[in-house]
Amino acid sequence: MKIKVLYFAWLRERIGKSFEEIETEASTIEELVEELRLKEERYIFAFSDLSSVRVALDQTLSSFDASLANSSEVAFFPPMTGG
Amino acid sequence: MSILVQKEDFNLSDELKLLKTGDGDAGAIISFIGVVRGDSSLKALELEHYPKMTITALEEIKHQALKKWELLDVRIIHRFGYLSLGEQIMMVAVASAHRREAFEAADYIMDFLKSRAPFWKKEHSVDGSNWVNVNPEDEKSLTRW
Repeated sequence: MKIKVLYFAWLRERIGKSFEEIETEASTIEELVEELRLKEERYIFAFSDLSSVRVALDQTLSSFDASLANSSEVAFFPPMTGG
Repeated sequence: MSILVQKEDFNLSDELKLLKTGDGDAGAIISFIGVVRGDSSLKALELEHYPKMTITALEEIKHQALKKWELLDVRIIHRFGYLSLGEQIMMVAVASAHRREAFEAADYIMDFLKSRAPFWKKEHSVDGSNWVNVNPEDEKSLTRW
């Protein structure tokens, strides 16, 4: 399945791009992160500590064990600092 | 009821004039402005956001506030881009019949805006650039509600 993956703040900087289209076999976000880690060193660096990474599925905050089924957009970012 | 995410600055008194107060129903209007804080070494505060998600997240926060309190109107403006020391970052304005619900709703909206609205801050200073870390107190304060 094809999915759009977005990165924000220091995740974007570590990975070196703000988004990419990925062809994936992953069924959960955790599995997608594993796939990304296997791609290149910079993904290992970006996803080295998942406790400081948040994830949104189709623009809604989600958790790493969530299913990717029927989703078209995944976004990874650090904890939010609005206001 | 309006939510704006913009690069441009805003004028609080103009915004307050746009706040719907019914026909004399509003006895209280509360407004809050967040301002860029720092010392003279700060060159700019960069605010990045997730455009596709930002409005939805802010709408949800507003929606929850409207469920909790009887409010006549809520206006939220949040800026992004590069801001200088002392510049306005965001504002929340709430109108209600009585002051307590207006104070509480504005406080609630601010708490959730801090850690549930997809914004990230980066400080550019003379010594370099740093992503602003989350204050653990911000997450804790969500449990107040």
